[in-house]
Amino acid sequence: MTKTTEIRVPANQIPVSRRADASIAVVGNPNSGKSTLFNRLTGLRQRIGNYPGVTVERHIGTLKVGERSLELVDLPGTHALSAHSLEEQIAVDVILGHMEGTATPDGILAVVDATSLYQGLYLVQQLLDLEKPLVVALTMSDAAELEGLKINISRLTAKLGGVPVCPVVATSGQGVDKLREELARITEVQPPEPGKTWPELTAAARELASMCPETVRLAEVERLLIDGPTEARQGFLARFGEGAEARLQELRDRLFGNEPPLASEARVRYRWVREVLDEVVQQAPPFYGWQARITTWLNQPVPGTIGLFLVMAIVFQAVFAWATPIMDLIDSATSVLGARVNAALGDGALASLVADGVIAGVGSVIIFLPQIMILFLFIILLEDSGYLARAAYLMDRAMRSVGLSGQSIIPMISSFACAVPGIMATRVIPNRRDRIATILAAPFMTCSARLPIYALLIAAFVPAQSVGFLNLQGLVLFGLYIFGIIMGILTALLIRKTALRGPKPPFALMLPEFRRPNLRTVLMQLLGRAKVFLRRAGTVIFSVAVVIWALAYYPRSDDVAPFVEQQQQAAAAGLSGEELNAALSKIDNQAAAMQLEQSWLGRAGHFVEPLFRPLGWDWRVSSAVIAGFPAREVVVAVLGTVYAVGDEADEATLSGRLQAARWPDGSIVFTLPMVLGLLVFYACCLQCAATLAVIRRETNTWRWPAFAWLYMTAIGYVGALLVYQLGT
Amino acid sequence: MKRNGSTLASLRKGQKGVIASVNAADPQVQRLMTLGLVEGAIVELASAALGGDPMEFRLFGRGISLRQEQARHFAVSPVAAGGD
Repeated sequence: MTKTTEIRVPANQIPVSRRADASIAVVGNPNSGKSTLFNRLTGLRQRIGNYPGVTVERHIGTLKVGERSLELVDLPGTHALSAHSLEEQIAVDVILGHMEGTATPDGILAVVDATSLYQGLYLVQQLLDLEKPLVVALTMSDAAELEGLKINISRLTAKLGGVPVCPVVATSGQGVDKLREELARITEVQPPEPGKTWPELTAAARELASMCPETVRLAEVERLLIDGPTEARQGFLARFGEGAEARLQELRDRLFGNEPPLASEARVRYRWVREVLDEVVQQAPPFYGWQARITTWLNQPVPGTIGLFLVMAIVFQAVFAWATPIMDLIDSATSVLGARVNAALGDGALASLVADGVIAGVGSVIIFLPQIMILFLFIILLEDSGYLARAAYLMDRAMRSVGLSGQSIIPMISSFACAVPGIMATRVIPNRRDRIATILAAPFMTCSARLPIYALLIAAFVPAQSVGFLNLQGLVLFGLYIFGIIMGILTALLIRKTALRGPKPPFALMLPEFRRPNLRTVLMQLLGRAKVFLRRAGTVIFSVAVVIWALAYYPRSDDVAPFVEQQQQAAAAGLSGEELNAALSKIDNQAAAMQLEQSWLGRAGHFVEPLFRPLGWDWRVSSAVIAGFPAREVVVAVLGTVYAVGDEADEATLSGRLQAARWPDGSIVFTLPMVLGLLVFYACCLQCAATLAVIRRETNTWRWPAFAWLYMTAIGYVGALLVYQLGT
Repeated sequence: MKRNGSTLASLRKGQKGVIASVNAADPQVQRLMTLGLVEGAIVELASAALGGDPMEFRLFGRGISLRQEQARHFAVSPVAAGGD
């Protein structure tokens, strides 16, 4: 495996001997097969990191051709080089050498989908003005053939001013060797002459550039003319000296008149693209393969919508059913390992730290890995096959009516397994407001970590009677799922009407044809995402698990040891065999409960009891709830400890203890209103440090995770209060 | 804005039209123009989601989906016979 660490030194400061012979930026439209080609060229020699300060991933890979070593930078997929979206800005910054920590590219590899030349050539045309060596890879040339497209390569090269064009099939590797050779000599390729496609713009750029005492890139001046003196370009404009701003305005007036410059650019450039296509492409009658037939069928609204629900049901089922055996395996492996450690290290702080803190903590992360991997596998498959875009298209209207957009559907479904991958999946949503609204709604979906506590409380306190042909317990569980969905929708509506009020974002979605996903690409993406999850979420949950362990372990109580000794002696005197063993383990459990009441966590439970008293919780429930704030899945284990049933709390024992729990005055603690309130609390409350960490990572600020935490905790508290007070 | 039979939003399924003019004042519309929805482009309505919105168009053989309110910014005229 190659190193995946991020380079922190700006690449231009790395000694030349360690640098690649040339750095090449890989640019292309979304869905152009760019990532597949990038993976085909660089294999596992990749480093994945982030661009500084943003959540856009940076992939850098190495390509060896004979003696030469080339560094390939895979830029985010873009349709154009304007400054519309974050991805486009990053692409522009990297290409122009303004991106901190990324070497100025020596050349550009433009990836163009042969079946989508119309939009591909628009981007290529912008790249032609950059005065950098350029190589064009025509991907999916096999699919183009099936569609009856005949592309005259030599004529296309001529139209592009001599730029090499290599038809490739990235999935099979066809044509890739020729592309490698072209890339190896990219620094010897003459950059194309700018001004071929839009002479007026280039002439105006030359005129403005002549005012500047320094040498400036013509391409950058062209962007300045089109985008205007934006804030980001003020520094650049200042280099031109006196009167430049006025001259810029004159030139823009001359070029664009009253038209919006971006509209003019689109009109001029697409006119050129249509001329090129007329000369280069011949359309023969297409061959309709299975992809086309599926597309036609799913294009109809009713079968398409039914198909979407079927796909969602399969994903949902797979995440729950397929993951369970592996999760059980991990669960028993961690308990066995914990027991072994306890046996090897004896009692004492170290053994407890390793077994209850480290192993249990790490285990609580790894146990979600199977679900997350299965979910990611499906998302990547759906994304690669082109279905994800269609799902967004079909669900757009429904999601829009609740203040989200079609692209929110996948993150929301994902969150039923775990909000962490769900929130990571919001990256497909281009609009920031929509994205944050989705991120805030996602944690309300009933995740798998909520299930253990739901299962415990429902089994113990909801009678197993039938309601019609349904079971009341199942109905309550279903109700909790629905409740979560409603809360999520209300949250999205509320936030889009208040803090994130804004115009409805444009919804322009390219709907790619169906394609067979490429196994190699799928596996590499899966591996990459699993690593990211384990590293980011793992560190947080792990440290929090250790902190909770310490709070429950310290301070050690002086009263426990004498009590244990006395009880053990009494038991040893009166009992033997099985009975003695049973008595001894009961004593251990009582000791653990005494210790917990004495610990910081137990004291905290007592301390906050008045706050939770109106909800009907005693100090035991309160301390379990506190312990559950970093990771809600620990709450059942903590309840097990407080109610002194030991670590291996089997549910029947724990339910019995909960049912028997009494207030000092003898009244029942777990009344039905209290239990329902507790369920509502768990349905709402954001008790998950991993989710908070991932919200922080995806929004790049602590504001949103802080807001989400306060908001959801407040709703959970008020909800539990209402249910308890109205019900009692 | 909407006049019957004159914008992308009023195309019938399978019907083609050539974009005659674009109301480009809106930055969101300019964004769509950079995707190739400009004067002279031939567009066909391929399908619509439940309720007729959003709509899926074919543009040079590729699918692109727009909401109705956006499609209304693009005036279309009929394609000359035999043209494609």
